[in-house]
Amino acid sequence: MSINMQLHVDNRNANQLSSVDTSLDHNIVYDTEDLNLWYGNTHALKSITLPIYEKQVTAIIGPSGCGKSTYLKTLNRMVELVPGVRTSGVIKYRGQSILDRSFKVEELRTKVGMVFQKPNPFPKSIYDNIAYGPRIHGIKNKKILDEIVEKSLRGAYIWDEVKDRLKENAYGLSGGQQQRICIARCLAIEPDVILMDEPTSALDPKSTLKVEELIEKLKQDYSIIIVTHNMQQAARISDKTAFFLNGEVIEYADTNFLFSTPKDRRTEDYITGRFG
Amino acid sequence: MVAREQFQMELNTLKAMIIDLAHGAEKLLYDAVQALYTADIDLAKQVIAYDKELDKKDMQINEAAILLIAKQQPVASDLRRLIVAIRTSSDLERMADNAKNIAKATIHLGENHGIEIHSSIKEMKNVAIDMIDLSIKAYENEDITLARKLGELDDHIDGMYSSMLKELLEETATNPEKIQHIMQMAFSGRYIERFGDHATNIGESIMYLVKGESFDLNE
Repeated sequence: MSINMQLHVDNRNANQLSSVDTSLDHNIVYDTEDLNLWYGNTHALKSITLPIYEKQVTAIIGPSGCGKSTYLKTLNRMVELVPGVRTSGVIKYRGQSILDRSFKVEELRTKVGMVFQKPNPFPKSIYDNIAYGPRIHGIKNKKILDEIVEKSLRGAYIWDEVKDRLKENAYGLSGGQQQRICIARCLAIEPDVILMDEPTSALDPKSTLKVEELIEKLKQDYSIIIVTHNMQQAARISDKTAFFLNGEVIEYADTNFLFSTPKDRRTEDYITGRFG
Repeated sequence: MVAREQFQMELNTLKAMIIDLAHGAEKLLYDAVQALYTADIDLAKQVIAYDKELDKKDMQINEAAILLIAKQQPVASDLRRLIVAIRTSSDLERMADNAKNIAKATIHLGENHGIEIHSSIKEMKNVAIDMIDLSIKAYENEDITLARKLGELDDHIDGMYSSMLKELLEETATNPEKIQHIMQMAFSGRYIERFGDHATNIGESIMYLVKGESFDLNE
């Protein structure tokens, strides 16, 4: 497969390239080749081919039912929890074929964190929320756990807001804070990739801004794939954007291009609100 | 009504406002040159007054476009369409200013200046009127083939202007007592030449709107 064929940037002259990240310096973290997925008889993902680059934010946009969340859930094999799912094609995570039966899904889940639409902290203290993952992985030493909790909360830029109330129940926090706790919980297992499924759709504008700022900082260390209905958000925070429609990738390009001069009429119509 | 329909309607209204301003600038140039040839001071004064109306229209277009950007947060061609609306309106306002400056030159010359207005000014005006007609059509239909032609017509005006200037310079040597009048005539030619440049800018804006890239039609 020719990855470069997928990206507009490679067809542009050097002058136009100056304002965009060409990805040439970024390794591929996830490589999807000719992925098909069926829910029973419904063909939900059609021949998806998509390279995702490390330490970038990749946004997936598209109208409801276009397959974007399905694709996201395929990347950590959560989609298998749905009865009657079949797949064909290849998804490679760091070169390993994750859809192979021999591949250990537990191993994948320690590398790939996920943040959902609604903040879903455990009904436990803030501290225990963050320490949950590391404890499962066998870390018992209080000092080490303390360090992980602080580092993760700092990483999610919420440490200063909660450092004096670590023993309080996470449910007592605001929605925006809860979502950042969930992100901190994700960071505690030191993942490689963070999948985000509409992480700010249940948040107010100020909390949304905080999460967006956080994403901007997190991409220095993590690869982030975000499904969002908020097109301005995709334009603001992502490096690459993939537009899905009816289970297909219609266009995949540098975000700067996709939101200014999309090549496909359907992309233009979607981002300008003519449908969807 | 869905939001997109409302947005489309507002875009159409904005377009109509710009076309109206363009017709205003066209009329202004026509009247200004007419006043220059007939030494019609009253008409020249009307041109100056009407230019103020057009300035107001330009401001209204800007406000409407900025409001739409704030309300709709447009992207891609919608965003370009609004940026182009602001740019085009500004070009048209400057075109009207150039017509106004010709009217001021007419007033400066007075009713009994006794010099013959160079025939090139009328010819340049005719091409400039063709250019604004063309730019209105190109803008209305987002037609890049028409937009490209504006560059060619502008070259034509530029050529006429420089040969007229040469002749006028020679005349200042033979008729030094008329130098003030000849200067006003040369200025008027220059104003039409600038008028043409702004029409060319509109062509470039239309190219940008359709293609999403910047163009220089003077190249």
